[in-house]
Amino acid sequence: MEKPKNEYVDFAVTARKYKTLLTEKYRHRAVWTNPSAYEVHSFIPGTIIEISVKEGNVVEEGTPLLILEAMKMQNRIEMPFTAKIKKIHVKTGQKIAKGTLMVELYQAEEDTKK
Amino acid sequence: MTLMKNVLALRQKKAIVEKGGGDKAIEKQIAMGKMTARDRILAILDIDSFHEYDLFVQHEERNFGMDGKELAGDGVITGTGTINGAPVCIYAQDFTVMGGSLGLKHARKITKIMDHALKLKIPCIGINDSGGARIQEGIGALAGYGEIFYRNTMASGVIPQISVILGPCAGGAVYSPALTDFVFVVENISKMFITGPNVIETVLGEKISQEDLGGARVHAEITGNAHFYALSEMECFQQIKDLISLIPHSNERRAEAIAPRKPKSKKNIEKIIPIDPKQPYDVRDIIQTLTDNSDFLEVHQLWAANIVVGFGRMEGETVGFVANQPLYLAGCLDCDSSDKAARFIRFCDAFNIPIITLEDMPGYLPGVDQEHAGVIRHGAKVLYAYSEAIVPKITIILRKAYGGGYIAMNSRHLGADFTFAWPSAEIAVMGPEGAANIIFRKEIMEAEDENAMRQKKVQEYIDKFANPYVAASKGYIDGVIEPAETRELLLHALNVSKNKEDYRPKKKHGIPPF
Repeated sequence: MEKPKNEYVDFAVTARKYKTLLTEKYRHRAVWTNPSAYEVHSFIPGTIIEISVKEGNVVEEGTPLLILEAMKMQNRIEMPFTAKIKKIHVKTGQKIAKGTLMVELYQAEEDTKK
Repeated sequence: MTLMKNVLALRQKKAIVEKGGGDKAIEKQIAMGKMTARDRILAILDIDSFHEYDLFVQHEERNFGMDGKELAGDGVITGTGTINGAPVCIYAQDFTVMGGSLGLKHARKITKIMDHALKLKIPCIGINDSGGARIQEGIGALAGYGEIFYRNTMASGVIPQISVILGPCAGGAVYSPALTDFVFVVENISKMFITGPNVIETVLGEKISQEDLGGARVHAEITGNAHFYALSEMECFQQIKDLISLIPHSNERRAEAIAPRKPKSKKNIEKIIPIDPKQPYDVRDIIQTLTDNSDFLEVHQLWAANIVVGFGRMEGETVGFVANQPLYLAGCLDCDSSDKAARFIRFCDAFNIPIITLEDMPGYLPGVDQEHAGVIRHGAKVLYAYSEAIVPKITIILRKAYGGGYIAMNSRHLGADFTFAWPSAEIAVMGPEGAANIIFRKEIMEAEDENAMRQKKVQEYIDKFANPYVAASKGYIDGVIEPAETRELLLHALNVSKNKEDYRPKKKHGIPPF
């Protein structure tokens, strides 16, 4: 039988805190962050094979941004809504993991504030 | 005289095939820290009990240089034998023969021994050590895998199926173990994954070792694919023998009873649990005060440690234990622990093993990750498994039984046969702090000293509801018992429910929230 190696913590379940140990898996769990509509993330791991927009471009909703090839399928990533391209975080030929930030967007109003 | 000549010829033929891939390949296998397929079978089975079949089976592939290539036993050894006298079917893939690769005939040897096991109503043990599909045979190899998976499914719940991963087990090959009841892995030897490190590196550029991706520890602790984890092959074989002795040959029988023994544990059952419900303890200490000789074979020891499941004996008969573990994550139910408990309950039900539930849990694990991982559908599996089970079901509430957790952990309402509570039990809709904050919200807010009022109201709630007597007064629990009486009471409850009969509406099968 395994002897616990880690330390006891105060663990809140509803209004009460319990002394307990954490599991390895719990300690390494992904912490949730509020997703921003202005960030385009990859939904599958793959390779960027084409980028069709440039930073600073105003791009119409539905226009192709880039092509992400994954599992022998060329996925066309489209503009989610009309906005400006703030920053492109990937390069053609780059291999990326699932959930990688590919493109950042901003609305034209933000432009005037800068 | 001529017959003797034939016998000698047979012996010679056998000796060649029994060498597997030959001396060089065997040397390589041993250099990798692995036993040979034949030695593994002999180490698991009783001495001189192994009988091999299909030794001379040959593949029929004619393409890609396979014509005329002889593969000893086509890379797999199959047969029957006994483990402590209990009959089993067994097969072992031989990595020394073309990397243990699976071709159609290799697969047909496996399906033949599986068919035997299903008809003979005895457990089937498969030892996996294979590079995967034999590419030269193409779709024939895929057909072979499919035929194995189909039989794994047909045999599920009829005979116990055990998979032992003693080498690589990658790609489609992983699904046979995944369909079986118990998967055994060994440190540094077992490797399981759908897509290996090479593919991941090609696609993602991410470098990861086989061990970090799908080694024994990963599957025993993180994924839950493996049920038993060992540091050596010999330790693994002992675990297999222990398990086989505790489970029945088939769903038509009960596990063999052995001579009853008293618990060995010298721990005082009344002193294991701290009186403060916020303090942890190891629930396995409680289990050991209850079982014969204090023996307990824990399943999934490392994965989802916030619930404990496993087998022990009481008065010589096998029982399954499901126990919240306050030592980890306060004993909360979450996605993984729900899967773990539900699966174990279904195994016990399928194989006529009574279930004893020890309850001490504050509820479900809070968190966005849990909600988004589907704790609703995972948690539902526990309700389903307990409700569906018709074996004797007994619950002991040790301490906390709050809210949804109280219902889930084999409550009377889900069909428990007997539920008892220790005087330390708190059976309530939620923890006292939470409940007082809601019920007495107004009084607390209007008080001059909010904290003092909150304390007062929490204490009021504890005095009134944080005990087993409200549930007892409604007949939801059958009795409040002294901890020291637990074993005697369990023995009695098991004894009177030996011939339990329960019926379920006629159906093809239920639709559990997989």
